[in-house]
Amino acid sequence: MSMRLVLRGREPRWLAPVLVLVAVVIVYLLTAGPIRGAGANPQAAYQRYIVTPLTQTTSLTEVVLAAIPILFTGLAVAVAFRSGYWNIGAEGQFLAGAIGATAPGLYLPNLPGPLAIPLALVAGALAGVLWSLVPALLRTRYRIDEVVTTLLLNPVALLLVQGLLNGPWRNSTSGFPVSNNLGAGYRMPLAIPGSRVHLGVVIAAVLAIAIWLVMSRTATGLRARAVGLSPDAARFSGISVRKTLLRSALISGAIAGLGGADQVLGVGHKLSQEVSSSYGYTGIVVATLGALTAGGVVLVALLLGDITVGAQNASLVLQLPPQMGEIVSSLLMLAVISMLVLRRYKVSWRRDRSGALAAADAPGGGGAAGPPGPPGSVSAAQSHDPASALPSMTASTAAPDSVSRAVSPPASAADIASPGAPSSSKTPLEQQLSTPDATVGTPGEEETV
Amino acid sequence: MNQSQSDRPGRGDMPAPGGLPPASSVGSAGFPGSLIGYDAARASGAGRSGSPEARAVPLVQLRGIRKSFGDLLVNDGVDLTLLPGEVHALLGENGAGKTTLMRILYGLTRPDGGVIEIAGAARTIASPGDAIGAGIGMVTQHFSLVGRMTVTDNLLLSRAGAGRLDRRAGRRMVAAAAERIGVHVDPDAVVEKLSVGEQQRVEILKALSRDCRVLILDEPTAVLVPQDVAALFASIRLLTAQGIGVLFISHKLGEVSEISDRVSVLRRGRIIDTVPTAGATPARLAEMMVGRPTVGVRRDDRDAAGGTELADAAPPSAPPKDVLSVRGLRLAGRGKEALAGVTLSVAPGEIVGVAGVSGNGQTELVQVLCGLAKPTAGTVTVNGIDVTGADPEKVIAAGLGRITEDRHACVVGKLTVAQNLVMEDLPRFRRGPFLDRTAIRAHAERLIEEFSIKAKPDDPISTLSGGNMQKVLLARTLARDPVALVVSQPTRGLDIGATEFVHRQLLARRAAGAAVLLVSEDLEELLALADRIVVIYEGALVGELPAAGADIERLGLMMAGQSAQSGAAA
Repeated sequence: MSMRLVLRGREPRWLAPVLVLVAVVIVYLLTAGPIRGAGANPQAAYQRYIVTPLTQTTSLTEVVLAAIPILFTGLAVAVAFRSGYWNIGAEGQFLAGAIGATAPGLYLPNLPGPLAIPLALVAGALAGVLWSLVPALLRTRYRIDEVVTTLLLNPVALLLVQGLLNGPWRNSTSGFPVSNNLGAGYRMPLAIPGSRVHLGVVIAAVLAIAIWLVMSRTATGLRARAVGLSPDAARFSGISVRKTLLRSALISGAIAGLGGADQVLGVGHKLSQEVSSSYGYTGIVVATLGALTAGGVVLVALLLGDITVGAQNASLVLQLPPQMGEIVSSLLMLAVISMLVLRRYKVSWRRDRSGALAAADAPGGGGAAGPPGPPGSVSAAQSHDPASALPSMTASTAAPDSVSRAVSPPASAADIASPGAPSSSKTPLEQQLSTPDATVGTPGEEETV
Repeated sequence: MNQSQSDRPGRGDMPAPGGLPPASSVGSAGFPGSLIGYDAARASGAGRSGSPEARAVPLVQLRGIRKSFGDLLVNDGVDLTLLPGEVHALLGENGAGKTTLMRILYGLTRPDGGVIEIAGAARTIASPGDAIGAGIGMVTQHFSLVGRMTVTDNLLLSRAGAGRLDRRAGRRMVAAAAERIGVHVDPDAVVEKLSVGEQQRVEILKALSRDCRVLILDEPTAVLVPQDVAALFASIRLLTAQGIGVLFISHKLGEVSEISDRVSVLRRGRIIDTVPTAGATPARLAEMMVGRPTVGVRRDDRDAAGGTELADAAPPSAPPKDVLSVRGLRLAGRGKEALAGVTLSVAPGEIVGVAGVSGNGQTELVQVLCGLAKPTAGTVTVNGIDVTGADPEKVIAAGLGRITEDRHACVVGKLTVAQNLVMEDLPRFRRGPFLDRTAIRAHAERLIEEFSIKAKPDDPISTLSGGNMQKVLLARTLARDPVALVVSQPTRGLDIGATEFVHRQLLARRAAGAAVLLVSEDLEELLALADRIVVIYEGALVGELPAAGADIERLGLMMAGQSAQSGAAA
């Protein structure tokens, strides 16, 4: 008997929600022990993590507040990933946006709100664009892997923030590395009176709707999706892959920058080193779990906000360490992502069928057969799919072109049928190096992706 | 087809008597150690009635190998025998199933059925590890070498086992293997600094160092310059003298004639025939590869296809102003030029066929015409508009319709049929800032009806069969009413019904006055559809024939590169 992952023809509609539920149950089982070890009842803890924040108005608004920055970064990443531009730099662009919004707030402190807020937001968005411009140009002009360049610019942005806060923008009264408070006009109006939820939530919601409209209803969106799914086919159809990538990269940077600006204007009212607590990286997770759709991003961002608030609550009430919340949410991501692999593969148990290919290892054949690989192990890299796999990891090892080539496995089967073309992007070396343990033992779908 | 079946009573494993070099004796003399097993086996089987199998136990015997990908049958009951000391060439067009068959033998692909026998005993080869254990080595076009490592390290890398690396033994291993193929290889050379030919040698050394008795060479000459080819052939001869059996995959007739002892021709997943090389002319092999021409049948169909209107419009009566015109087109390639000055023109209402054995520049020609590759010299005009080196967008705008050989590279698999159908024409389906979804759907429904595509507008196109996908591409292209068409391998992998449908559509376009350039490796198709046939060989056109009453033999000779007696140049 061996377990194999077999490619699925069609995905039943009920599958994705069921898989998410299964993932939740798995996480519950995995974390029940540690939570009990920390001295709390797992059921009560989960109640606190997920349900409690949603039951009271005040905590509910906190959930929304916690979701706002990752909404921005999640949307930013989704826009880029959708067109096959693997922007890992939302973190840096977010920070750049925060800097961009702080500058007018410090140097033009007396502007009235109706002028100040738009000015700061635009400045933030532009800073985000600027921060994404260089990697985007390197990618579209010289095919330099944007995963590396965008990623490496993140610490640069953080250092820039720190440099500013320890230099020209150091707090003039306290001397701490925190900027002065921005002018009064730069305070983002509240969206829900009596809470801390600011207008940023409206901006994010409008953005989400706009992105959904553009992606699903316009020619631009269709072109971007085509480029993301199959650059070759897009190019064949007369779509400029280069322009599309550049546009997506810059829009993504603008959205992330807007998120940074919004965070400064709506929450901190000043620039600090902690303005982003890894919102850019979380955005990658949000976008991926949200299947790169605007609606999915909104849902996942709210869920993560929920767990963040719930973890604070649980640490107060149940004396659980605050890290437990992160453990739960991280495990949840991992579980969901792993389970979602089953959207594309199904598990099939079967006996090692010898059939006509008689297993009788020839006595005179000479030499032992290679060690049989653990069957059914799918290397994660084989399910490049902007919608279900984690492109942030896989894309770093593969050129974007090959990523997208791997997107449609049904096509790859036929690729083998035209052997002249260099269809298998995996060279025999990789096959040899990785055999016998990375081969998917599926008839017709062997490691050809 | 019938003929091909009746041709194979021997099921492909029949070496003609005397068609082989005395492999076994040479083998045991030259390399006794590794072949003792075979000598013994042969002795025990020698009593049998003198059938070919009794003469030498085959190194490899494939029986009834079947493999399909989806609804595409790639290997359809393939039988193949490799004897010690022979070079057995596997000849066939792209997509004929050669590489799949070899991948099955090397454990990279699992067959759906059939038996693999190694040295007379059935073996399961489920992974390259199994294949290596069974003494099979394979050198593919894409080398499996670690570029930054030395030759020695690459060889050591491929050897199983843990423990300390013994580089000194490794160097000896390199030297010993190099001696067997009669070349000198520096064991400490870094692989990425070696030429392609030298890297290929390292691949062969690697296989030899694992003690392989069967060497699969998958289109080994595709990447080589002529001098390297000569060296490779010399090495192959040394190896066969040592009793190693070589499976030589190629679609180049000249090489196959030169190096192989026997040839098996594979077409559409079936072995058409296995013949001793000595008795087979290149022209005959070419014919076997691309299919036995049945002149006349389809030609009649053509005029019958659309009733009178098609027949009436058949010959270009108006002054033929060339709609598609190509002058002096050149394109750099690996080693030599992929296109070496192609000049041709297609008039309205004319189908010009491009014949040739695959790999002679057809793919590149189509890529340049489609706007996917920029030529190094020459011009392309469509309807008087210069589109040399233009982007696909401009090429489409100039009125060129394109069907390329790789249909999967032309559709976005995850998008729907309807979306793929409008992909080249998005501006036409706008309403305000948004896409007009009703119009897109109506457009799709109309084309699905018109082209009898078995799919719904909302189906992801990757779920379609090859034939239906091709119909979608055809529909997308023809819906724009192109003045000229470039069509490459339009029916490869399609069933008969879909093939006929595509043919009818092309003929209808011709009747409607479009200029059609049809690139095909299927001679039958060209003879049935084209008005003129030009032959491409090594990136240049070597001849032109009217399709009506074309001399097949001459066509075959031209495809094999022997253009001398064909006076006409394109």
